Amino acid sequence: MPTVYVNDKPVEIGTEKLNCVQVAAKAGVEIPHYCYHPALSVVASCRMCLIEMGDLKDGKVTMQPKVLPGCQTPVKDGSVIVTGDYAKRDAATKALPYDAAYKPGEKTQKAQADTLEGLLLNHPLDCPVCDKAGECKLQDYSFQYGHGESRMVDTKNTPANKPEISSKITLFTDRCILCTRCVRFTREISGTSELQVVGRGHHEEIDVFPGYPLENKLSGNVVDLCPVGALGSKDFLYTQRVWYLKTTDNVCAGCSTGCSIHTDANKDIVYRLRPRPNPAAQGDFMCDEGRWGYHYTNSPDRITRPLSRENGALRPFDWAGLAKLKESFGAAKKAVAVLSPFLTVEEAYRLGTAFQSIHKDVRLVLGPVPVVGEDDLYPKDVKGRAVTPTKFIIHAEKCPNRRGVESVLQKLQGEVIAFASAVNQPMDALWFTGGYPNADAVNAAMPDNWTAAKLLVVQDLFHSKLMKAATTILPATTAFEKDGTFVNHSGLAQSFVKAIKAPVEVRSELQLGYDLAGKKGLATVAAVRKDLAKEMPQYASLEVVAPAKAGSRLELATV
Amino acid sequence: MPIAASDIKWVEAPKLGFLGQLYLPIVYDGLKTTVSHIFSKKRTESYPEQEPTLPPNYRGVHRLNRDDQDRVKCVACYMCATACPAHCIDIVAAPAPASWTDREKYPETFVIDELRCIYCGMCEEACPVDAIELTTLYDLTGLSREQLIFDKEKLLSVFDITTKAGTDPVRSRSGALGPASERPVTA
Repeated sequence: MPTVYVNDKPVEIGTEKLNCVQVAAKAGVEIPHYCYHPALSVVASCRMCLIEMGDLKDGKVTMQPKVLPGCQTPVKDGSVIVTGDYAKRDAATKALPYDAAYKPGEKTQKAQADTLEGLLLNHPLDCPVCDKAGECKLQDYSFQYGHGESRMVDTKNTPANKPEISSKITLFTDRCILCTRCVRFTREISGTSELQVVGRGHHEEIDVFPGYPLENKLSGNVVDLCPVGALGSKDFLYTQRVWYLKTTDNVCAGCSTGCSIHTDANKDIVYRLRPRPNPAAQGDFMCDEGRWGYHYTNSPDRITRPLSRENGALRPFDWAGLAKLKESFGAAKKAVAVLSPFLTVEEAYRLGTAFQSIHKDVRLVLGPVPVVGEDDLYPKDVKGRAVTPTKFIIHAEKCPNRRGVESVLQKLQGEVIAFASAVNQPMDALWFTGGYPNADAVNAAMPDNWTAAKLLVVQDLFHSKLMKAATTILPATTAFEKDGTFVNHSGLAQSFVKAIKAPVEVRSELQLGYDLAGKKGLATVAAVRKDLAKEMPQYASLEVVAPAKAGSRLELATV
Repeated sequence: MPIAASDIKWVEAPKLGFLGQLYLPIVYDGLKTTVSHIFSKKRTESYPEQEPTLPPNYRGVHRLNRDDQDRVKCVACYMCATACPAHCIDIVAAPAPASWTDREKYPETFVIDELRCIYCGMCEEACPVDAIELTTLYDLTGLSREQLIFDKEKLLSVFDITTKAGTDPVRSRSGALGPASERPVTA
């Protein structure tokens, strides 16, 4: 088995083609880097990942005389890597037979400190007012590997800020360390090539071509890629300091791609979404629509309390009235319950079984599936045509869990009834579960001459056409406010936990399912997952309470 | 864990001599102190008729300093709010007005709950631009809790009052706006 030694620790690499940074990560050693990113091409320009390298051959280590960039140097069987952290290695590891005069790690440590001194020459020390402070790689590495003080005596370069490079993104030019991750992103992943480096030597700057601002559907990723605070999202700018934010691993509900995300919230308000690298779901990035599409959660227009219609006017509805509502739904001759594709698998299952227990002939219908345009494939060429290999897809289906809800419907009643076909048939009672971030999806699905059912319960986030006729309006939860599982377009089931608490009068869909089924107590996903595992073996892996980080791929029947 | 016997050092009380057993010299010593105070200069201050002069490092009501152009000096970095152990500072940051060419960020609102504050002075320590300072104002009273929640204007007015009265001169040592807002050298 090919073996590489990282700070004397042997690592088996198998048949993988790896560079030093990746091998070191396998050995649990971090090689600091700025310009290297696993999804982008390697340029080895920041010189932060310098290492010492050698070969172990015939029981002797031959080291190369100079330091090498770790991101650009591939490893082979017998490669020996010595990083600047050599002194911090596990003392129990047996040292390799180095030359007696060789001092492992010394050259690298000096090289790293010198690199940082160079990067900090023109970097302004405005950390207190910089949004990146707290999660800045330049701060972290300066603290860990850098010099304590600057020897710079000249005035710093202070090029003007460029807030005009994009409507969503601003550039603090003086903070840039020219790692060119953003430039490579627009060239390789989005393919739109807006960003470039202009000027030479000391005067290099990131800029756009006049009249061609950074406006593409993946532009927000350059903010995450920026290792310093040079590129900032205007949406998040100055709203919070990052150390106040509580990060939760979540799944984006924007489209059927189901991007793995980090949700950053403080005091139950979502402030920022960031992509969570997950090769099984979407890769390393996410689209702008999802990234900045969380505002509906904090919207003042949101329905946050239950209402019922009495003599044409909406009045507050007491949750105690749920029992009566349940009774009249059960007594209706033709009852229809709509399970929206924004529900989690657990909620759909719990609600579906609850409706079946109330009314034995209930028709369970899949809610309107919003489809906007066509799947958007990246990278694109100059003319906006997608080129292969595809690196990112924004799906046209703007809901996170159609496949999950379909699988539940298939199990519960053996068929999936589309909303469009069910809505035109006469019915006495309709229970509509929504959670649509945009009421347009519901409005578009409603026929113009629709005669409302006598009993119409609508549970949704925003006012829609359907709600105008509703007899009872119930508030819904957003994807940030619940635990559950979404199944994406390819059948990948990803579980997540809630990032924030729902508004105080909102009862979660899962709890509502409990209450409708006549179960006592608080609803937990763990209990529902146990039932789900028994009934639907493809969800058996969800039974564990702690969600798997990367999600588990399910073999679901395509409908 | 019990203390090891080897770590314990027993100290005997000194034995009293003949004079000590009489107690008279000690009584005399005490009386000397008492009587000397009768004739020394009176130190009692008749507050509130007579107000004390406090040392400049006294930690009283906060103020927000103004810069040389009378703008609020604060750059809304949240360092004081982060350092505050009583969580009494609430800041809302915003991009600075376009005419403020020397900085990007300023506090849109800056609120200190003077009742929640424990007057530890951590905010003053944390401030990178010497914008927040504790003054020698100590007699803070109000008729309601709301009155003692100080907003930006109130805190700036404390600066105006204390600098005008001369009780608390500006103590800043950093430059125009401090290290957190270096003035661009090239226009």
